[in-house]
Amino acid sequence: MTTTQEHAPNPAAGDPGRPIGFGRLQRKEDPRFVRGKGTYIDDIVLPGMLHGAILRAPVAHARLVSIDTTEALAHPKVLAVITGKDLQALNLAWAPTLSADVQAVLVTDKVRFQGQEVAFAVAEDRYAARDALELIDVEYDMLPPVIDARRALDPGAPVIRDDVEGRTDNRIFDWEIGDAAETEAVFATADVVVAQEVVYPRVHPAPMETCGAVADFDPIDGRLTLYETTQAPHAHRTLYAIVAGIPEHKIRIVSPDIGGGFGNKVGIYPGYVLAVVGSIVTGKPVKWVEDRSENLMSTSFARDYIMQGEIAATKEGKILAVRTNVLADHGAFNATAQPTKNPAGFFSIFTGSYDLQAAYCKVTGVYTNKAPGGVAYACSFRVTEAVYLVERMVDILARKLDMDPAELRLKNFIKPEQFPYANKTGWVYDSGNYEPAMRLSMQMAGYEDLRREQLEKRERGELMGIGVSFFTETVGAGPRKHFDIVGLGMADGAELRVHPTGKAVVRISVQSQGQGHETTFAQIVAEELGIPPESIDVVHGDTDQTPFGLGTYGSRSTPVSGGAVALVARKVRDKARFIAAAMLETRPEDLEWEKGRWFVKGDPSAGKTIAEIAFGAHGTVALPEGIDGNLDAEVTYDPPNLTFPFGAYICVVDVDAGTGHVKVRRFIAVDDCGTRINPMIIEGQVHGGLTDGVGMALMEIIAFDEEGNCLSSSFMDYLIPTAMEVPDWETGFTVTPSPHHPIGAKGIGESATVGSPPAIVNAIVDALAPYGVTHMDMPCTPARVWEAMQGRARPPV
Amino acid sequence: MQIPAPFDYERASDVANALALLERHGPESRIIAGGHSLLPMMKLRLARPEWLIDINDLAELEFIRREGDQLRVGALTRHTALLESTDVAGLFPIIRDAEQVIADPVVRNRGTIGGSLCQADPAEDLSTVCDVLRAQAVIRGPDGERIVAMSDFHRGPYETAVAQNELLYEIRFTIRPRSGSAYEKVERRVGDWAIVAAGAAVGLSEDGTVEEAAIGLTAVGLDGTVPEAEAVLRGQQPHEDLFVEAARIAAAACHPVDDQRGPVDYKRHLADELTRRVLRRACARAAGAQEG
Ligand SMILES: Cc1cc2nc3c(=O)[nH]c(=O)nc-3n(C[C@H](O)[C@H](O)[C@H](O)COP(=O)(O)OP(=O)(O)OC[C@H]3O[C@@H](n4cnc5c(N)ncnc54)[C@H](O)[C@@H]3O)c2cc1C
Repeated sequence: MTTTQEHAPNPAAGDPGRPIGFGRLQRKEDPRFVRGKGTYIDDIVLPGMLHGAILRAPVAHARLVSIDTTEALAHPKVLAVITGKDLQALNLAWAPTLSADVQAVLVTDKVRFQGQEVAFAVAEDRYAARDALELIDVEYDMLPPVIDARRALDPGAPVIRDDVEGRTDNRIFDWEIGDAAETEAVFATADVVVAQEVVYPRVHPAPMETCGAVADFDPIDGRLTLYETTQAPHAHRTLYAIVAGIPEHKIRIVSPDIGGGFGNKVGIYPGYVLAVVGSIVTGKPVKWVEDRSENLMSTSFARDYIMQGEIAATKEGKILAVRTNVLADHGAFNATAQPTKNPAGFFSIFTGSYDLQAAYCKVTGVYTNKAPGGVAYACSFRVTEAVYLVERMVDILARKLDMDPAELRLKNFIKPEQFPYANKTGWVYDSGNYEPAMRLSMQMAGYEDLRREQLEKRERGELMGIGVSFFTETVGAGPRKHFDIVGLGMADGAELRVHPTGKAVVRISVQSQGQGHETTFAQIVAEELGIPPESIDVVHGDTDQTPFGLGTYGSRSTPVSGGAVALVARKVRDKARFIAAAMLETRPEDLEWEKGRWFVKGDPSAGKTIAEIAFGAHGTVALPEGIDGNLDAEVTYDPPNLTFPFGAYICVVDVDAGTGHVKVRRFIAVDDCGTRINPMIIEGQVHGGLTDGVGMALMEIIAFDEEGNCLSSSFMDYLIPTAMEVPDWETGFTVTPSPHHPIGAKGIGESATVGSPPAIVNAIVDALAPYGVTHMDMPCTPARVWEAMQGRARPPV
Repeated sequence: MQIPAPFDYERASDVANALALLERHGPESRIIAGGHSLLPMMKLRLARPEWLIDINDLAELEFIRREGDQLRVGALTRHTALLESTDVAGLFPIIRDAEQVIADPVVRNRGTIGGSLCQADPAEDLSTVCDVLRAQAVIRGPDGERIVAMSDFHRGPYETAVAQNELLYEIRFTIRPRSGSAYEKVERRVGDWAIVAAGAAVGLSEDGTVEEAAIGLTAVGLDGTVPEAEAVLRGQQPHEDLFVEAARIAAAACHPVDDQRGPVDYKRHLADELTRRVLRRACARAAGAQEG
């Protein structure tokens, strides 16, 4: 089923504009945010708290000769200066990453990227901590750095990871998927083959709030309370238990309000571990909050994929196969957050929304002397890179065939009757109905009129471009049998308690970084139990208060935790039936459910609301055998498959032919995320993601010079878009529910970040067609656009 | 949350007091106006003054006044005030053009013309504007007041004629009849510093020939204006061919460097393209065909 209608307001609600369950609803968390009453990491102040600061390496590759901390320790306000040597003694100098590698917490042997952690000063205030860093004397012995990923595997390239026994080169992994021979056979006989190198440069999530932690180790009972900017508090707790040897039941991780994550706050950073060590060493709480430069230079970046793409088709425009060879720059440590069996994340979704005969890809991951990370920025586990590749390739093919890019896509979509659709790289797309979404976006855009306008403009020498992209994502991992992170299955828990007066608390394992969980999850419970969302509190972000689960990233909160919450509410509803039957002195089978109440079949006046049943459960009614006196339940949800949101985006740009400056004039986004819980939150997610897309397409890149100096270490150089660069977003939707998800929802957190860059770049390349441009890489800055117009488009790395 | 090195702070009560404080605290003391150049450098510990002398209370330094054939602007005048002034917009549209593309409203509410000129960043927009308008700087010091032409004010990147114990007091612009001016900047994002910007001012004679012309470029290593390009226009009726020729000369005269904003050839191309655009607009404005 696909509809373009929004969920009808629930007639049971007093105010038809304010539905009980799904529908538009103002966010419950916003009153505290808009009044400045959120509690972010830097708002946390504990009695006697000290402040830590990290000394970072000024160079990219150098042997550490010596560190002298004498002067720093003599500073009257400094309590401790911790070095790699001190950590070695505690067996904490290296910590496991999320990708079966290790990462230095503090440098012991050599520096491997500029900005790497060298020493940690703990002082009475953050000013003194910073001043202390200048008093630490470090001697380095410079080594030649490996900056260009294309050179990383050269024979004789310096070996970055000589800490690993037996390592003789910079290769991290080779990974392939699809059938190489079958794909080659299709390519060999195809009418048309086009090839293009497509680079997705290194970008950064740049959340408004940088990363930080407050560690409070209680030496008496050995208990660690750690406030952290984390998207995955439970996974962190387990990892700290394993790494630091603190028993897991003595660790409490609190993730307070988070000022943006985008994957940047999934991993465990050295700073967090250092705050813990600082607290253990000084016996006092220690706060560490990084500054903007530290965030941009050292924390998890995104992308950095150099993709050789090939696409094969018939001359009539039937796409037959896609093939790609990828060089993935992972930086100095392999610290990408991704499921264990997927070293290139979910890049294998590069087959896109098309019915192909064959597909194959090979990904080679390499070390370079750059900051580690890799899957972040609406991480989507590399879906972003995959969609960008296939959507650029389809556009290049359209140009080659002289076909309209929208028509070419319409011709090749997987048909609705083919779902569930098994693609050539092992995914089973749960549901989809692509053509209506594509047609709706074209209708909203006035596609034919735009093409006419473009023709007229071209005759006058004006550059206008229209870009189309159509994406399919794979989000919401598990199932746990296929997907784990460091051995932890990707499932999520939920606990629901209905208090005697019918007010409820739902506890979830995922943590919001701005997605509106406190509203969305309350609405899911409201829809299932028929009590208003205002009567439901959502508790999250505290491991002592919530059930275990893997956290918020890869658009998994609604697909996984959303499923958990719906199921736990159904469990409560089922239990309520038994209690209501006892209260009504009838049999459960004789009761019927309507939103909010169980009533006797055929006698609607005899019924009990959830509130009455909750009171009954805690009251004096004699309960049936096996039913305890409460209205609580818990579940752990292991999704049977991932979900596959999709969307059709159209972008219109104007390019100043004299300066190369690009103006995004219009952007039409039609999204299908299955069942829509709160359309207002969905639109917010889409607006944010589209803005991200404009940033990446036009201006964002973490660049390095040949020595490995990071050239994008502040917002002066790492540009993020403002309201001035973005148009009024025109959003639309279709609804194709997921058949396996308890409420049919698919996830929307990353759709727009995934889908918008190719639409924008396709529009720019389209605008530059009169200059013979068929491809250019991001970021499409004025200078780079001008170079493309001169026939000198060059890759950003 | 970048953290500066330790420093001390005093708030001046008037200009004389500010000069006395500079004298008292010596070479490691610095004036702070809007703080939008100085504070970022201090937070990155690129600047480490031991004393900050805050001049934000000096209302006597915040004015835009028309006197005879001059427009006088106090050094503490905020970007926003320049942007919103109708006198400025009418007399010197180039200032308004530039102010519209300097930083963002938050920076413009605090940042000052004096701070901009004294910072003398090579990518700073008002320096070009003042060059092109052949403005004069009024500088106060322990020995009284001196007036310096813009051509003498700039002493290279981050260096000006204002000595450590002096204060920039005001900027004076000469009002000419039948004049027009314009500024255009290309930036990677709104609020970013210029990749390249160009400014031009022209004064026409009664018969419409160009009497006075000035051309300036931002962020491409140009000292002052481009006399050879200006000479092409002088005594001629404004014409596209002349704009093309003047722009070609201006582009050849500058010294751009390759950086994150763009390569040398692109910047030179922009110098050419933007010079043509601002000459066209300045001449049209001078001829009375002023836009909005
Ligand atoms: C994000 C951002 C973007 C920006 N973008 C642009 C841009 O696009 N274009 C542009 O031109 N500028 C830009 N700026 C700079 C901005 O215009 C600054 O406000 C301006 O350069 C300095 O003015 P200020 O009053 O803040 O000076 P301050 O920072 O207070 O001082 C700067 C220097 O001038 C000295 N000084 C200040 N006033 C006097 C005085 N009266 N006498 C003697 N010395 C004095 C100070 O001692 C200091 O050395 C930007 C700034 C920021 C933060």
